[in-house]
Amino acid sequence: MTEAIPGTRVRLQVNGQPHELDLDNRTTLLDALREHLGLTGAKKGCDHGQCGACTVLADGRRINACLVFAVAAQDVEIQTIEGMSYDGTPHPMQQAFLDRDAFQCGYCTPGQICSAVGMLEEFDQGWPSAVTAGEQPTALEADEVRERMSGNLCRCGAYMNIVPAILDVAVSSARGLTPPGPPAPRSAAPQKPPAGGAAPGSRAVTS
Amino acid sequence: MSVTHIGAVGSDLGRIEGPAKVTGEARYAAEQDHLHDVAYVWPVQSRIAKGTVRWIDDDPIRALPQVLAVLTPDNAPRLQPPDDGELAVLQSRTVSYRGQFVAAVVAQTLETAREAAGQLQVDYDSESHDVQLTADHSQLYRPGEPDAGFVSDTDEGDVDAALETAAFSVDHTYETPAQHNNPMEPHATLAVWDGDELTLYDSNQGAYSVQQSLAKLFGLDPAAVHVLNEHVGGGFGSKGTARPNAVLAAMAARVVQRPVKLALHRHHMFAVVGYRTPTIQRIRLGADADGRLSAIAHDVVEQTSTVLEFVEQTAVATRLLYAAPNRRTTHRIARLDVPTPRWMRAPGECPGMYALESAMDELAIECGLDPIEVRIRNEPHCDPETGKPWSSRSLVECLHRGADLFGWAERDPRPATRTEGSWQVGTGVAASTYPAYAAASSATARADADGTYRVRITASDIGTGARTALTQIAAGALHVPTDLVRVDIGDSAFGQATIAGGSMGTASWGWAVTKACVELREEVERRGDIPGDGIEVRAETSAEIKARTGYTFQGFGAQFAEARVNVDTGEVRVPRLLGMFGVGRIINPRTARSQLIGGMTMGLSMALHEEGVLDPAFGDYVNHDLAEYHVATCADVTDIRAQWLDEQDQHVNPMGSKGIGEIGIVGTAAAVANAVHHASGVRIRDLPIRLDKLLGRLPTRIG
Repeated sequence: MTEAIPGTRVRLQVNGQPHELDLDNRTTLLDALREHLGLTGAKKGCDHGQCGACTVLADGRRINACLVFAVAAQDVEIQTIEGMSYDGTPHPMQQAFLDRDAFQCGYCTPGQICSAVGMLEEFDQGWPSAVTAGEQPTALEADEVRERMSGNLCRCGAYMNIVPAILDVAVSSARGLTPPGPPAPRSAAPQKPPAGGAAPGSRAVTS
Repeated sequence: MSVTHIGAVGSDLGRIEGPAKVTGEARYAAEQDHLHDVAYVWPVQSRIAKGTVRWIDDDPIRALPQVLAVLTPDNAPRLQPPDDGELAVLQSRTVSYRGQFVAAVVAQTLETAREAAGQLQVDYDSESHDVQLTADHSQLYRPGEPDAGFVSDTDEGDVDAALETAAFSVDHTYETPAQHNNPMEPHATLAVWDGDELTLYDSNQGAYSVQQSLAKLFGLDPAAVHVLNEHVGGGFGSKGTARPNAVLAAMAARVVQRPVKLALHRHHMFAVVGYRTPTIQRIRLGADADGRLSAIAHDVVEQTSTVLEFVEQTAVATRLLYAAPNRRTTHRIARLDVPTPRWMRAPGECPGMYALESAMDELAIECGLDPIEVRIRNEPHCDPETGKPWSSRSLVECLHRGADLFGWAERDPRPATRTEGSWQVGTGVAASTYPAYAAASSATARADADGTYRVRITASDIGTGARTALTQIAAGALHVPTDLVRVDIGDSAFGQATIAGGSMGTASWGWAVTKACVELREEVERRGDIPGDGIEVRAETSAEIKARTGYTFQGFGAQFAEARVNVDTGEVRVPRLLGMFGVGRIINPRTARSQLIGGMTMGLSMALHEEGVLDPAFGDYVNHDLAEYHVATCADVTDIRAQWLDEQDQHVNPMGSKGIGEIGIVGTAAAVANAVHHASGVRIRDLPIRLDKLLGRLPTRIG
């Protein structure tokens, strides 16, 4: 450690709000959110990318906020759990977690919800998972959800309720029945769909 | 207002704090609004397993920018001697295990505290350590009193003679590894001093207990210590009492005279907050020609640390599960230079029932009986050890009903007979049991002139749904809808109450809440109206708890598992788990189902994944993170169901409820191991059931 602590003025765009912070260069995005912006919805469960509790969306893509330095997160739109509900109305995924009792202690929950929202986008973009039979998934079956959500640990053991909650949202949105809620953030979808990605809205659901 | 709410107990009320949890508004211990003046403390852990700290080169660290203090055994505030040696943080230069806190750095920022702690040079005088538990360890001894007030040994009849003459017998040793609680929220404390008054926002399972411990340590009146735990991100026993984080945060805050935050890193948790001891369990069963047990012996070997004698009560379920005229249980323990093992979900019953219920499956095969039938034949009419009647016991009905739902009747009892492609398929069953404890607690109930009610109790909701269940219990006792009742918990200022542990939270707190609310209702009825300043009633239940004798209070269940074993890779999958439980009256079916399924999920995790790997050279658990200490993920859980009987129990407590937080993990691993045996013919007697233990013992496929 040198005499002076190296720092940087960092501009973060979080839940549509701009922030300027003078941060120690060692500050992770997760610590910037929790310790500097008071946004404690993103949780610290392991601090090195192994539990998923800190999952937030960066330009609509799910990331582990503990693995990103705040200085490296300046050019993306960060969405945290605090930005999921709109005008007092919970996001459909938040409502589904309530309806299915898809949590107990609640500590992994914001990460699960952010991850689930990002995961459905990835599916819609045609991204395969380890259990996808071909190059592209055709139906969002429970197996696909379980595989794609396995980066988010839940020690209370709510997986049996988390998967149906996510499928509830997938089913309603695939049928064009998305409940009233926020408009999708301008940058919520991945900027560059992978080659051969399916068109959004083509999700077939098997629950 | 809807009158349908009046039958609040038993209704499907959603979690009261649910909206706060899904929106991120719920604030856990380290998440309070102290953004500007808070300092951070980062502990330094011992790098040796045994010895003394010779020298700490703290001056260069203290000189670093943003560093506020370096705490060492030489300069840390002196504490009163605690009952729990783990709380004597930085009180001595003695090192008792690798990973123990030997110093700490307090700094203005988290980043500096952590880096400076990593730079602190600590030199040791190292001694040779003894960290490996073996069945014949030379230091094994008979402990005075295992956890929860049990005796270490029991002996009735002549077990050895009965075993010699038994028509069928089983004699095997089963082992479980160290298992680590790993709640998703690491232990965390924000400590704030105001003169000689201390406020702790602390992640724990009992604010009253932590208040008492910290007051004693710092030589304060308990009223000067205020502990808050409004939301707790899981505990599973590891937050059952004050842990070193609370002490270190309070000491650091005292030294730097600022609020100090300590959120343990996941790595720290494998050393300083407790874990389940590894166990080595020899089970001997003898049965007559009809499969009726003539003898049961359960001999347990396990470890504790040199800091604290904690003895897991591993054999206690064996004392009451089955009838047998000759029976013996023993616990032997070795004090090793290891981190202190403590409570982890269903301490005692969880590892013990893996061994006993595996052995019962082996006995069933010896006897040529169905595993359900052998259990039913050994059903005791009363508590076999004490002779007391059961307040209620539904094991046989759970086995029958569970078997029906699971489709057990079609089962071919021969192992390794059912294959689907490269998968061998089998099913297994095991019993579950857990005591229905209750402990004295106090509660305040208040009626306000606007027709609303407020209940205060130092309860903790660590994800159990306690806040919601207590609201239902209060509404039921008050004869009002739940939306008129607010239950405040998680604050030591509300007075004495027991912890969220031993599956006794809802029973104990619910008893106090019921008593306070019934008295309040009667007072309101007597007065005819509620005055402007309201009516408040306080009740406590020590007399009721003391009078709770004459029965053995115990929940029971049966768990069924389907296992698939891949003959080529040894991979094990568990596509189905079904639990059927007799646990008294269910206060809230929604949260109860989640808790039972959650326990079974952790049981599946125990069966297939969890193992703390001790490095004998250094003496610590080397796989100390969630990448290497594996827990069940979403992909492991396909179909886990929990159901329950409509069990009536008028003796257990006023609600008729039994605890449900732990019974779900009891028996799961045995059910899985038994299913793996049925699928593959391979008996795994040491958890976890990993592919390397199966490979080489599976049939070779032809063609």
